[in-house]
Parts: sequence; structure tokens; C-alpha cells
Amino acid sequence: MKKRNCQTEKSVVYLDTECLIPYMKCAFKVSDSFVKTLLYKDLQRKMLIITLVVSFTPLIILGAMMYYQFALTLKDNTEEQIKYRAQARAEAVDLFLKERTAILSAMADTHIFSEIIREENLSSIFRVMNLRAGAFVDLGVIDIKGYHRAYVGPYDLKGLNYYDQPWFAEVMSKGVFLSDVYMGFRKQPHFIIAVRRHENKESWILRATIDPEILSDIVRSAQIGRTGDAYLINRDGIFQTHPRFTGKILSQSSLNTSQFGKRVTAVTLKNSQGRELLYAGSWLKNDKWLLIINQDPAEQMASLFAVRNVEFIIIFIGFIVIVITTIFTTRLAVGRIQQTDTRMQELNAQLVQSDKLAALGKMAAGVAHEINNPLAVIIQKTGWMEDLLAEEQFKKSRNLDEFKTSIKKIEEHVDRAKKVVQNMLGYARKMEPKLENVNINDTINQTISLLENYARINNIETQTRLCNNLPIIAGDQSQLQQVFLNLLTNAIDAIGKNGLIIVKSWRIVSRICISVTDNGVGIPPEKQKNVFDPFFTTKETGKGTGLGLWVSYSIIEKMEGTMRLESSIGKGSTFTIEVPILVPERK
Amino acid sequence: MHYFNVLIVDDEEDFLETIINRLKKRDIDATGSRSGEEALEVLKVKPFDVVVLDIKMPGGMDGIDVLKEIKKLYPLTEVILLTGHASVETSIDGMKLGAFDYLMKPIKLEELLKKIAQAIEKKDAQEQKVRSVQIKKLLRYW
Repeated sequence: MKKRNCQTEKSVVYLDTECLIPYMKCAFKVSDSFVKTLLYKDLQRKMLIITLVVSFTPLIILGAMMYYQFALTLKDNTEEQIKYRAQARAEAVDLFLKERTAILSAMADTHIFSEIIREENLSSIFRVMNLRAGAFVDLGVIDIKGYHRAYVGPYDLKGLNYYDQPWFAEVMSKGVFLSDVYMGFRKQPHFIIAVRRHENKESWILRATIDPEILSDIVRSAQIGRTGDAYLINRDGIFQTHPRFTGKILSQSSLNTSQFGKRVTAVTLKNSQGRELLYAGSWLKNDKWLLIINQDPAEQMASLFAVRNVEFIIIFIGFIVIVITTIFTTRLAVGRIQQTDTRMQELNAQLVQSDKLAALGKMAAGVAHEINNPLAVIIQKTGWMEDLLAEEQFKKSRNLDEFKTSIKKIEEHVDRAKKVVQNMLGYARKMEPKLENVNINDTINQTISLLENYARINNIETQTRLCNNLPIIAGDQSQLQQVFLNLLTNAIDAIGKNGLIIVKSWRIVSRICISVTDNGVGIPPEKQKNVFDPFFTTKETGKGTGLGLWVSYSIIEKMEGTMRLESSIGKGSTFTIEVPILVPERK
Repeated sequence: MHYFNVLIVDDEEDFLETIINRLKKRDIDATGSRSGEEALEVLKVKPFDVVVLDIKMPGGMDGIDVLKEIKKLYPLTEVILLTGHASVETSIDGMKLGAFDYLMKPIKLEELLKKIAQAIEKKDAQEQKVRSVQIKKLLRYW
């Protein structure tokens, strides 16, 4: 079973490549550079993606972390703040109540029942109390039986009996009583503070009503923002002051007071509209009322959003900068790679060329040996025949002259063959270059003057643009001359008639460059790579051996220089030689 | 020109045979050897004025080896090198080792004769020098 699977897979792969090959061949044929460009594009894309991912991931993580941390801190901070405010407000309310209770107690303690029930006394006390503390709506004295014996205030409450009111019993037993806000007889929300006075075994009660609006004012100053609220509720969750938004005084709030802990607590709850609000509750000292401050966290979050926006902007700018930089750097990198690639290709081409030439040189030597030996025998044999023909017995032969001519012809052609072989060899394996002092410019000028006549006949002008301060180098003058001669002859042949040859020399740091440019026919691209091969010629048969450029190339190569060709059809060709500056030894 | 003899060493039989015939036809005392070893054997028996030596030969000894041997044993014998594959470097090496000159195959007989004549001339001069030194020596003890 396994085996079969394997085979299936193999055949699939096989098929795939099989399918690809013609496509690839086709692609390479269509355009090699096109495929290369695709490769570079792909490389650039990959580099871009990797760099972007690598740089963005930490940026985004950092951003998110910072945002989260900030939000956390902000939330803590908000909670802390709202708790603090709740506590401060609760203390203010406490203080307010304590003051009112204190002044009420003071009044009760400093007056006796018989005096206080007199209207004028009570109203003067009431005046003093409102003068010193304020916020009292009315003031009344209640005797032990619960009868309202004296009253100062806007309502007609005198004579009412409070004996059955629950607070009456409480004030009697505890001495001080603070009521919740309630409607009472007067049908107005209010709350009372009552204190008990013992006087000669009799007790009486001084009771004051306080307008809850004042409490509301105190509490309301803790309201913040557009949505913040502050109010008091009692243990049952009934509003003791007017909340800003939801509900009215004495209506039931949606809060469960048991959610709030002993002193100050902050909780996040959903309000009746389903919004999440942050609540802070602080119990007053009497433990009856709970001061609540609520706030929409979103409002506080505005600063968070501001931070977030700043962060977004920074990240966005960073993003753009990174993208631009990355695009730029990857372009640069890929460009460099492309350049190196091209250079490598050129170098490779040169290496291949020189390898080819070296191999050809070796082969040429072998071939020469194999040809020269038979040639040597032929020459000797024909010589021998000549020797014999000179003898008396042949002198009378009818065809003596024919023989002699034939022998001469054989010798001539052996000579021709010999020359070809010797050219090939002589060029290929010239003696090691001699080192003499060579002035490149002089050598160029000499070579040009050698060809002056030939050029003039064909109406070809030769211009020189030579660098004046080329150093004298160590080299083989005659070999260099041969190179120049080859290039100039080629240039003249490429032009044919009427044209221009420009010879230039210049220096690049430690190298001397020489170029020979003609405005001749040019060399087609497919032939350019062959021009340095031996026996390659574009000239008509018999005119060129196809060895000139090969030999020139070998000579320059031996000097550790390079020779290259740029050519376009119809415009002409430029051969450029670069040779290292070899400083001659001082004699 | 006085009498002289020539030893031609080459592994190419046709070449050897023909060139010897031609030299003999010109009344030159020429002998042929088909290998370096054979040439050294021949030299043991009889001295030669000039040896024409092919550099590239199959078998144990090539031209350069033979040249070294000849120059060691018979320093006054002149050696002309023949080369079929224009190994100029080898030829130069040969000249450094004492060869008179080198010729590149294929050669015309006339060229060879010219070279042989030059070699003989040199050899004569050399011998003359040796002789005069000997005479001086003799005279000194007179």
C-alpha cells in the first residue's frame, strides 16, 4: 500500500517537471533577462515582506501593550479618583449633618422646656440657628407625649401628635435622630434631625427639618462631566437627593446597596439603559446613607482615545517611514545583487573565454605537432625527388618540367600549410613577453603611422584623444604594437571606405585603458561572443585568418589585462583594452 | 669545407631515411638513429661533429635528455634541435643546456645545411681554441 502511494507521488512530480520543462525552455528562449527580472522582483518582494513583518510585529505588539497598560492605569486612576471624590463628598455631607446636629443639640441643651415652647423664644432660636448654620426649614418642640408643642416654620404643624411615628421612639431611646428623606404631613420631601433633652426627669424633643435640596447641592458639586451624577441613597436604595438623570427624590434607584462595601467602594455596573457606568459609593458616618458618584468611563476614556490616536498616528508615520525605508533598502540591496550578478556573469564570460583560449592553445600545439611531422616528411620527400630529377637519366625525360612544376607546387602548398600552423602556434604561444619600458601613447602613434597610407587610400580619418600623463609601463612593446595593429586593421576593414577611427587612452587608478572606436558596420550581437575565438572572422575568405583578435586577446591576457567589445550594427564597434600599470624596475 | 659527419636522430622513419639519402647525395657523412638510446650507442662507437636531434620522441628519452647526455659525454659535439610543435620554451631550455640552435619542422634541406655549416664553423673555432690552449701549454713546458 505504502509503496503504491510512493509511486503515485513520484509520477505526479515527474509529470509536473515534464510539463514545466518546455515552458521553462520557452521562457528562457523568449527572454533570459525577463526571467531574471522576475527573479529579482520575487526576491525584492520576499525581502520586503520579511522586513515589514519583522519590523511591524514588535511595533504593533508594543503599541497594543502600551495601549492596554495605559488603559489599565487610566482605569485604576479613574477609580481612585472617583473613590476619592465620593469619600470627600461624603465627609462634606457628614460635616454638614454634624454641624446641624451640633447646633440643634446646643440649642436644646441651653434652653429649658418652659422657655422654649414660647413662640417668640423659639423663633429667636430658629433665627440664631439659621444665622449661624442655615438650611433649617422649621423648628419644633415635641413633648414626651408626642405633641408638637411649639413650632416655627412655614407649615401649620402645631398640635400634631408624633407619638406613633417610628422616629419618636428612636429619638427617645437614642437621644439623636436623623431621618431619611420622607414626605410626612406636609407632603414635601424633607428630613429631620431630632435631639432629646432631659430636664427634671422629663424629656422633650427639639426637632428641625432640613431641606434636602441643600444636601442635593452639596452632593451635586461632585457631579462631573456631561454624564456624571452624584446623589445619596439610603440602605433600601431610595434616592435621598435628586439625581441628575435617572429618577427623582424618594424614588427607588436601581442600585443594590449591598454591592458597596464598608467604606469606599468602586464598582462597574450597568445602568437602566444598559450602559456600563463606574460607580463609587461611600457610606456616611451614620451608615444610613450612601453617597454615590457615577461616571461614564467612556468620558474619562476620552484621554485614552486621545492617547490612542496619538499612538495610531505615530504607528502610522512609523509604518510609512518603515515601508519607504524598506522599499528603498530592498531596492538598493536587490540592485546591488543585480549588479554583482551582472559583474559575475561578465567575469564568468571572461573566464570561459580564457579557458576556451587556453584549451584551444593546447589543442593547437598538439595539432601542430601532428601536422608538422608529416609536412616535414613531405618536404624531404619532394626534396629527394628534386635531387633525383637532377640526375642525368631524368634530364631527357619528356615530362621533366611537369615533374618539377608539380614538386614546386607541392612545396608551395606545404609552405602554406606550414605558415598556417606556425601562425597559429606562433601567435598562441609567443615567447614570454619581454619587459621593457613602454610608452603607450608613442606605441599607439607609431602604429597609426604604420597604417597611415592604408587609411588615407580608403579615405579614413584617424583621430587620437590620448591622455597626456600616462606613466611609462613595463611591457612588450612589439606585442602591444601587434595588438594595436590588429585593432586598427580591423577598424579599417570594418569601415571599408570613408569613415572615422578614434583612438583614446586614459587612466583609471592603477590601470591604463585604450579604446579603438570605428564607425563601421558593427558586429551583430550573436557574433560578438565569438570574436575572440581563433579562426573566427567576418572578413571575406582569404582576407583574414581569424587569428588577429585571438592573438591580441592572448597578449593582453598575458599582461593580466582585459579586452572587451561593444558594438552595434550600423553604428560601429569599440574595442577597449585595460592593462594594469606595471612600474618598470629602475636600472 | 673539410670533412665532417652528422648524426640525425628522429623517430619518424620516412623523414630519417630521406634526409640521410639527401645528405649522402651531397657527400655528407650522415648516419641515422631512430631513438635517443640508439644515438648514444652510435656515439659510443664513433664521434660525430654534429647531431641533429628531434625534441619530441616516444620512448624513454626525449631530445632534451639525449642532449644533456651528449653534452656531458662529448662537449665538443654540436647539437641542433628539431621541433615539430614549436615549443619555443623547450627549445630555449635546450639552448641553455648547450644546444647550438633549433629549427622548426618542416625544414628545407638548405636551411638545415646552413645550420650544420654554422655549427661546424663554431665547432672548428672551438677546437682551434682548445688546440691553441694546448699548444700554449706545451710551449710553456718547452
